[in-house]
Amino acid sequence: MTRLTERFAALKERGEKALIVYVTVGDPSPERTVEIVLALDQAGVDVIELGIPFSDPLADGPSIQSASFRALQKGVNVACVLEAVRAIRQRSEIPLLLFTYYNPVLRYGVERFARDAAGAGADAGLLVDLTPEEAQEWITAARARSLDTVFLLAPTSTDARIEVVSRLSTGFIYCVSRTGVTGAREDVPPDVVEMVQRVRARSSLPISVGFGISRPEHVRSVGAYADGVVVGSAMVNLIAQHGDSPGVTEAARTFAEALKAATRQERSGHPA
Amino acid sequence: MTMQAARLPDSLGHFGIFGGRYVPETLIPALDELTAEYARAQADPDFRADLQRYFHDFVGRPTPLYYAERLTEALGGAKIYIKREDLCHTGAHKINNAIGQALLARRMNKARIIAETGAGQHGVATATACARFGLACEVYMGEEDIHRQALNVYRMKLLGAKVTCVTSGTRTLKDATSEAIRDWVTNVRTTHYIIGSVVGPHPYPMIVRDFQSIIGQETRLQIQEREGRLPDAVVACVGGGSNAMGIFYPFIEDAGVRLIGVEAAGRGIETGEHCATLTAGEPGVLHGCKSYLLQDENGQIAPSHSISAGLDYPGVGPEHSYLKQTGRAEYVSITDAEALDAFQFLAQTEGLIPALECAHGIAHLRKIVPQMSPDQIVVFNLSGRGDKDMETAARELKLSL
Repeated sequence: MTRLTERFAALKERGEKALIVYVTVGDPSPERTVEIVLALDQAGVDVIELGIPFSDPLADGPSIQSASFRALQKGVNVACVLEAVRAIRQRSEIPLLLFTYYNPVLRYGVERFARDAAGAGADAGLLVDLTPEEAQEWITAARARSLDTVFLLAPTSTDARIEVVSRLSTGFIYCVSRTGVTGAREDVPPDVVEMVQRVRARSSLPISVGFGISRPEHVRSVGAYADGVVVGSAMVNLIAQHGDSPGVTEAARTFAEALKAATRQERSGHPA
Repeated sequence: MTMQAARLPDSLGHFGIFGGRYVPETLIPALDELTAEYARAQADPDFRADLQRYFHDFVGRPTPLYYAERLTEALGGAKIYIKREDLCHTGAHKINNAIGQALLARRMNKARIIAETGAGQHGVATATACARFGLACEVYMGEEDIHRQALNVYRMKLLGAKVTCVTSGTRTLKDATSEAIRDWVTNVRTTHYIIGSVVGPHPYPMIVRDFQSIIGQETRLQIQEREGRLPDAVVACVGGGSNAMGIFYPFIEDAGVRLIGVEAAGRGIETGEHCATLTAGEPGVLHGCKSYLLQDENGQIAPSHSISAGLDYPGVGPEHSYLKQTGRAEYVSITDAEALDAFQFLAQTEGLIPALECAHGIAHLRKIVPQMSPDQIVVFNLSGRGDKDMETAARELKLSL
């Protein structure tokens, strides 16, 4: 069993939902990313998505675009990210999901990427623009190294599509909450619950929801029907506000604690 | 090989190892819908008749195949014919695809259209088609291109389109395309994305090629009528590669016809400031397909440069990558300086002011035609006229009032 699968199983037993937090590696610096991730682990975050920056992140809104740009300015590449994974893994057992676009992986070498990622202590990969039709090489390489392969589903996904993605996913299924790019937003669309139910009917994997989820109340409402909740741009924005200052780690920890508390509510729970 | 080439892509959009679909999952149903609707449209005699009617009455097709007598004399080698896509309505071949895709959007009941544009020709063509069919239109254009192709921005606005300035990344066609894709991911239920070149996820490279292949079909008939035979070579400029694919495609099975694509070498391949993707790039994935790409050793997309906004793109259509790999087509490159020189040369030799994109092709003709014999024939695709480039030309050539 992978760290990811174990974590979802343990949470289920405790009646909690997974809090998954995205950070772009290298923003503000690779060393600071390691510190932030360790603080997030202490704050109770269940899974970390480590973003490998790409020059043309077409599924991302302005927050993660800017973070990627800043990280690239610092020379961050796949090797730097794997170095950060190694540093985190020496001090933490938190599940790590590498999140990026296909071209940096293709250029690094798909098999080599799977081997080195697993060797460094990563647990899973999500390649945003790699569709199931094109993913055979990646899936084979990841399976050989016991890396989970997470794929996306969207509100536009047909039932047939849900079945294809369910078949190829391991670890969990990532449901995109809305048609659109990543970015903190004011609310969660009401039809997400319907999408999660459609996926639930076709897969026994844990289901996580992301894109636009930025506040504890969003986490609470999505946690009522999903197994995990992904917060990305809101954390990236917070990190950007603090920049490379010592306060950034504490700020990330405090925000993560508030988000995590929202995953621990009773299902019929008390009003916030 | 050639018989098979004509039937590509396969059902998943592959041209050999190139092409395919590399997009966020949100877009897959829309791409499936487009693929299915395009297949229905192709089989529908009414759609084909509609398209022919708009090509004839609105675009002004067929465009002439013009014997360039003075150019032929000046270069002293093969006979040169010029396919006059510059005479299309709106001034470039882009309208062929814009009209075809607008008709598809209408069939799919999509009332809003988005497009990316570099030189502005595809933006103008899309704005024109949208005005004609009463569709809302938003065009994404890089800030740098807005400045160097200002006239086309005025045209798009006059046609009722919203022009959105893209300030991210390199502020050129690459980032305009990324922004258009982000819009499409967001508004996919109501919006059709008219991609302007033979790039993007399947089925776009196929659809754009098919709509543009009217250029090659006409050329084939016209040259046979005039000369009783096929040409020895067909030459076209290549950015994304839609005009080249359009004129090449009907000749792919004619092994005796050399197909030559001319890329932009910018300030010189050795300077790194160019966009000669097939000459100097390597396979990778950008904007939805696998193809040759300008990229660094980490797989980050490299900035490109060309004096011509329409060629200033670090990718190229996947079918061109396939034609390069199989050796069916040859790809060469021409610098900014050579293109500017050829721009004046064609204007003063034939009275034709080419788009700066096409001037790259003319510059290559100056290299190869003198090596050919007078009984050989070359066809050049003049895919657009140069009115849009007057400000750049005036600045670079120090023309004054």
